[in-house]
Amino acid sequence: MMKGAHLANFSMQALRLAGYALIFLAGVWFHSSGALEAMGAYGEDIRYLTVQHLQLTAISGALAIVIGIPIGVLLARRSLGVLGPVVAQVVNLGTTIPTLAILALAMTVMGLGTPPAIFGLTVLTLLPIVLNTIAGIKSVPPALIDAARGMGMTAWQILWKVELPYALFVIFAGIRTALAINIGTVPLAFLIGGGGLGELIFTGIDLMEPGLLLAGAIPTAALAVAVDLIGAQAQYWLVPKGINPLR
Amino acid sequence: MIRLENVTKTFDSYMAVDNVSFEVPEGEICVLLGPSGCGKTTTMRMINRLTELSSGRILIGGRDIMEVGATELRRGIGYVIQQIGLFPNKTIEDNICTVPDLLGMDRKASRKRAHELLEMVALDPAVFAKRYPKQLSGGQQQRVGVIRALAADPPVLLMDEPFGAIDPINRAVIQDEFLKLQSALKKTVIFVSHDIDEAVKMASRIAIFKSGKLVQYDTPDNILAHPVDDFVADFVGGDRTLKRLQLVKVADAMQADPPRVLAETPVAEALALMQKHDHQSVVMTGPRGRARGLVRRAQLQGAQGMVGDHYERIPCTIQVDDTLRNAVSMMFSNDQTWLACVDQDGFYRGYLTQRGITHLLGATYRDA
Amino acid sequence: METLRFALENLPQIMDRTVEHVSLVGAAILIAIATGVPIGIAITQNATIAKRVLYVAAIIMTIPSIAFFGILIPILSPFGHGIGYLPALIALVFYSQLPIIRNTYTAIMNIDPALRDAARGMGMTALQRLWQVEIPMAMPVILNGVRNAVVLTIAIAAIATYIGAGGLGTFISRGISQTDSRQLITGAVAVSLLAIAADLFLLLLQRLLTSPGLRTRN
Repeated sequence: MMKGAHLANFSMQALRLAGYALIFLAGVWFHSSGALEAMGAYGEDIRYLTVQHLQLTAISGALAIVIGIPIGVLLARRSLGVLGPVVAQVVNLGTTIPTLAILALAMTVMGLGTPPAIFGLTVLTLLPIVLNTIAGIKSVPPALIDAARGMGMTAWQILWKVELPYALFVIFAGIRTALAINIGTVPLAFLIGGGGLGELIFTGIDLMEPGLLLAGAIPTAALAVAVDLIGAQAQYWLVPKGINPLR
Repeated sequence: MIRLENVTKTFDSYMAVDNVSFEVPEGEICVLLGPSGCGKTTTMRMINRLTELSSGRILIGGRDIMEVGATELRRGIGYVIQQIGLFPNKTIEDNICTVPDLLGMDRKASRKRAHELLEMVALDPAVFAKRYPKQLSGGQQQRVGVIRALAADPPVLLMDEPFGAIDPINRAVIQDEFLKLQSALKKTVIFVSHDIDEAVKMASRIAIFKSGKLVQYDTPDNILAHPVDDFVADFVGGDRTLKRLQLVKVADAMQADPPRVLAETPVAEALALMQKHDHQSVVMTGPRGRARGLVRRAQLQGAQGMVGDHYERIPCTIQVDDTLRNAVSMMFSNDQTWLACVDQDGFYRGYLTQRGITHLLGATYRDA
Repeated sequence: METLRFALENLPQIMDRTVEHVSLVGAAILIAIATGVPIGIAITQNATIAKRVLYVAAIIMTIPSIAFFGILIPILSPFGHGIGYLPALIALVFYSQLPIIRNTYTAIMNIDPALRDAARGMGMTALQRLWQVEIPMAMPVILNGVRNAVVLTIAIAAIATYIGAGGLGTFISRGISQTDSRQLITGAVAVSLLAIAADLFLLLLQRLLTSPGLRTRN
């Protein structure tokens, strides 16, 4: 018992030290690689492209939520018979399709530019939201719906007052997953003319210029982590206590 | 066989088991009994070193358990728990053979033994050997749990509330089955329970625990008859005397060598016999002593001939190896104050009266 | 139609690229299993360490793959491996860690403590418990993690073509730069089919490697 605790304590220390060492080394490397100067030199570009980057995420994300949740609600209806599960299975299969492939297919349909980028991003953000909405609504205990019906609620009232609130946590989890995929794919939007920070990364790779590369890669990574953290906080605070397992 | 000497277990500053000593003779079932948190489970877990003792010694067959490695020790001790703990990824057969396999015993031989054990608890090996635990009912799973502990034929068995999670009807059945197994296998068993009725039924000896201390260690009958303090008296229940009925055999409470008559006994002679013993009736037996019928004093008054012309059916008979509990139950349900006691072949051995039972149970208290 | 003709004419090349893709993903997954499963098992010993390891793995997972490649290139350049197979392999191994570590950890933590007690009480050593009880019971969930990791790495390996790692992404990158929809569609469809096929194959494998006693349906 004591030995185990001691060992755990020791490895905890080691882990923390390793973490500090890593941060230090990263700092040294960061400085020597010229990334810092590069980020200064491309400051203007970084700012402009970051805004573009976030716009792509915001627009496609919002579209996906607005479209995805109603589709999910619809597919969860029992009255659809076998159609619901079949479509859900197709959506499920869709999530295994690589993101680059979805963007590429969007380009073949719509050509180059921002609209195909937003279209592609919306589609791949949509899928997890639809799946989780279905799962969330299906998880509502039949007894709850029975009780609501017994109290004289209409189908519409049941949806708004019972099903959606109950499913909110699961739907929110889907939105988080979707957002993580979205923010991870936005850099690729540059490839089909959508702009964003991917421009600096891909140009940096092509020119083999580490400074330019990092000026794109580091903000992209930081942005992704930040968006995910915000998503986690939003899930924690926005989903009411009664149905939030985190609180 | 199993000896605990001044066994103590402390968790930080909390004393879970406080200086406990007792000895369980070979082939007996010792039930550790007490409310939850009294240290009974910790005491049991120290025997196979699932919990290491803080001080004191435990000897099994004269050997200190600290002399052997923990895993080696455990492989030599059967272990049954309330949650059953069958491995869901293994077939019933492989579950039973867990310890034999760990010991590297011959696979074929141990599988054959597993099938024999399955038969002993009335589970057909052809049906169940290749099944998985989830395909069995709770009662069936616990039977497998018990025979899994027996598979490597360990001399000692530790059972931690083994039948606690089973519904009352099945529990009684599985308890009886276990007692039957035990009468054939004669293991030395440490059995943790919080149920006094189960303890009375299963135990050769009961150890009663209270906040880490062993307060009484005795046979079930002595514990029921002479609880050492109010705690034990409370724990065994206000109806403890009734519980003793289950422990006493009819043979021990009946009036043996009773007067009897034959069919050809003259009425006058029968009346004289009843007068002599101050009985209202007497049993008529066959030529070799089987109980055949009954003649009543009131019926024979002024009658002629032989007993055989006047006898009636015996209202109630009970086997001599039955328990007093069943005897009393039979008296109540048949509205009788008197039972004829016969052995397995129907020979008349004695009679049992309500007064006799009351006297026997009361004697313990008068002596004390 | 044109696309189909292109695909048929370039079948050998598609096969080569597929092999390239699969070997990259396969190597990454094998390394990821060899590291992730032991890590997942090890962290069951300490809740605080587990929390931190999972947190770090989750953060790595959120970093967009192309940004990760971008960061790896300057680090590996001094060793002459800035672009190509190595950075792609390293990135894929990192991305596979989270699903594999998390699922291993969760699966082992979810095993009924009574089973562990029974195993200990019957005299299994820690290693025997791991091999005979914990790993077989955790198997379906671990394999689910591997499945997620495989689908994820197939997608990321497609992007790795931009750092010279080849694979089916090559058709997509060429298709985009040459605005050749035949190559584009061929690449996109091929990589999608690969992901779906791998997913189904692993689902089958999962069924086969799971003890019948653990399957939810009979």
